[in-house]
Amino acid sequence: MEARLKVSSSPHIRSNDTTQKIMRDVAIALLPAAAYGVYNFGVNALIVLIVSVASAMLTEYAVQKIRKVPVTVTDFSAVVTGLLLGMNLPSTVPFWIPVVGSVFAIGIVKQAFGGLGHNWMNPALAARAMLVASWPVQMTTWAAVKADAVTTATPLGIIKEGLDVQLPSMTEALMGNIGGCIGETSALLLLLGGAYLVYRQVISIRIPLIYIGTVAVLTFLLGGFDLQYTLFSVLAGGLILGAVFMATDYASSPITAKGQVIYAVGCGLLTTIIRLYGGYPEGVSYSILLMNVAAPLIDKYTQPRVFGGAK
Amino acid sequence: MGLLSFKGGIHPPHSKKLTEHLPIVDYLEPKIVEIPLRQHIGAPCEPVVEKGAQVKVGQLIGKAGSFVSANIHSSVSGTVLDVKKRFTAYGFDVCIIIENDMKNEYHESVKPKADYKTLSSKEIIDIIKDAGLVGMGGAGFPTHVKLSPPPEKTIDTVVLNGAECEPYLTCDHRLMLEEPKMIVLGLQILMKALNVSNGFIGIESNKPDAIESMTAAAQGTNVKVVGLKTKYPQGAEKQLIFACTGKEVPSGGLPMDAGVVVNNVATAATIANVFTTGMPLIERICTVTGGAIKTPKNIRFKMGTSLRELIQFCDGFNGTPEKILLGGPMMGVAQMSDDLPAMKNTSGILCFTPEEAKIPEPTACIKCGKCVSVCPAFLEPIQISAYALLHNYDKAASFKALDCIECGSCSFVCPSKRPLLASIRVAKREIIARKKK
Repeated sequence: MEARLKVSSSPHIRSNDTTQKIMRDVAIALLPAAAYGVYNFGVNALIVLIVSVASAMLTEYAVQKIRKVPVTVTDFSAVVTGLLLGMNLPSTVPFWIPVVGSVFAIGIVKQAFGGLGHNWMNPALAARAMLVASWPVQMTTWAAVKADAVTTATPLGIIKEGLDVQLPSMTEALMGNIGGCIGETSALLLLLGGAYLVYRQVISIRIPLIYIGTVAVLTFLLGGFDLQYTLFSVLAGGLILGAVFMATDYASSPITAKGQVIYAVGCGLLTTIIRLYGGYPEGVSYSILLMNVAAPLIDKYTQPRVFGGAK
Repeated sequence: MGLLSFKGGIHPPHSKKLTEHLPIVDYLEPKIVEIPLRQHIGAPCEPVVEKGAQVKVGQLIGKAGSFVSANIHSSVSGTVLDVKKRFTAYGFDVCIIIENDMKNEYHESVKPKADYKTLSSKEIIDIIKDAGLVGMGGAGFPTHVKLSPPPEKTIDTVVLNGAECEPYLTCDHRLMLEEPKMIVLGLQILMKALNVSNGFIGIESNKPDAIESMTAAAQGTNVKVVGLKTKYPQGAEKQLIFACTGKEVPSGGLPMDAGVVVNNVATAATIANVFTTGMPLIERICTVTGGAIKTPKNIRFKMGTSLRELIQFCDGFNGTPEKILLGGPMMGVAQMSDDLPAMKNTSGILCFTPEEAKIPEPTACIKCGKCVSVCPAFLEPIQISAYALLHNYDKAASFKALDCIECGSCSFVCPSKRPLLASIRVAKREIIARKKK
């Protein structure tokens, strides 16, 4: 035989899974809730989402060109970051806000620390936190559902501030006919996206379930056994979007099963504490970001017991 | 009965359809055999025949070089053409090259042994040792060594590995269908040698006909046939022991530390053959398969037959092969050529087309943690690999790199196609080398 044979280290076969497929699945899972946000909040929401995704991809491309590393815009990870950021913005923001946010998310949080897999915080969330801190007014002006230019408050905001505004019904909160960021309002569609990701084995149900469960239980116990408020805190805020799509970010969450449990409980604990005792009606972003920075430490102390090792 | 298993693992495509329904066919008349004097883990054998000598089937031609070694016998009758070094799957070893006179004359030492029930443990182990038995699942570890644990270790169980969890391979499957009684007899001999009463045969559920056939053959004996979940690496020694007995082999330990001895079903069948016919280990079954093989087959061949001839027996290559593996695709070893002698641990000759051999380029690790959740040794391949790539072997060792069983599940599952196992292997070699200093 004349032909040269290829010699390599085993294993000699690989699964069909790729980073691109995983990221594409995440984008697909986000689409129903994003589309519903556009349906609810109108063309402004659509523009915010497009600007956000486009600037995320452009930033990734530009930084990788400057760094002279292979351009990986097609792996969908920048698309996911852009989409997540856009969904975490109110539809009323000026269009430079998503641009600034995406440049910060991709340029600073992701690429400056080494690119894909090396971001120590969820890039979209870090960008959102930066935007809220820098432009608080623009970031908290909520459009009323299907009525452009009329602003409203989010259900959690209404409760927190004790505003004299009619609270939406629980069905409306579940469906998403409420005020809020573009992509966070429809609990139902976000859960549907989450179910798709679990079915596709992109995420495990561990983090979302424990995170949401912790918030529900703690809010009920510490919030004076108020079932309505408990249900609102699960359905109406950014909790489901955060728990399903942000807290599960691979790079910024722990790797070990035990670590993920601790991390998810921590997220839930912080969210509840911020909401009940802090000055802020939300708290999902900051909780996840705080637990993101704790993730390496959690990983360090939750090394799994090796097979055959002491129990 | 529920299926038993272990925690972790992966589900690669089985790819067994090519050969699982094909009965074993014989290729027992090679013109020339080139028999390597190292076909096992351990010391090479010393040649005991010279160029020009006449040898017969079953005659000792290579004597075990130390305790951890295994005798080599002639697989044909004929003339020794040469005793010289050549490339083998294990490296560059002395081989005894014999021209087959096609008379198939048996050596006078080939005589049925006494009924094993009348023999002592030591007598049985000596017969197995003399017959050059090694683990035929792929590792090639001398069988008599496994059967001779130090006196302070108590063995209570023998497990036969019929999992055949490697994709593509079907030789054990066919053996379990065609010679189930021999496998059971072999297990009974092993149990007698170790004086134990627990005997298991573990078989993956994707071979229901093999489970049925073995269960029927084990009827009326004290051998238990166990259905195992179809999951890779179900046939890995420690994972198999856990599935069958619920016991974990201690980290850094051997199966004997859990009181268990594991052997492959093919090894057991060969042991039975040694006792019933007296013929030492001179032939075995292998699966020649893969997309680059025209007519895949399960073949019984004589030790020392050229891979090239076995491939030719399968009507040759389908186009140009890109990769030739000895063993399965998960743990098999890629070869530089098909000009190699097949030997005691050749369970499969897997030939890949360029398409099948393609390994995608690695991309950045996204920390998805899939390697951690599939690792059957409960390690964090992501961490060991990252430190190995930084040449920080102390840190790699602190993540228990030495507990890696090299099953390759991490590399298989990685969506970024990272060379996880390849880098962990480097770390292991390095850590072991430093320990020896």
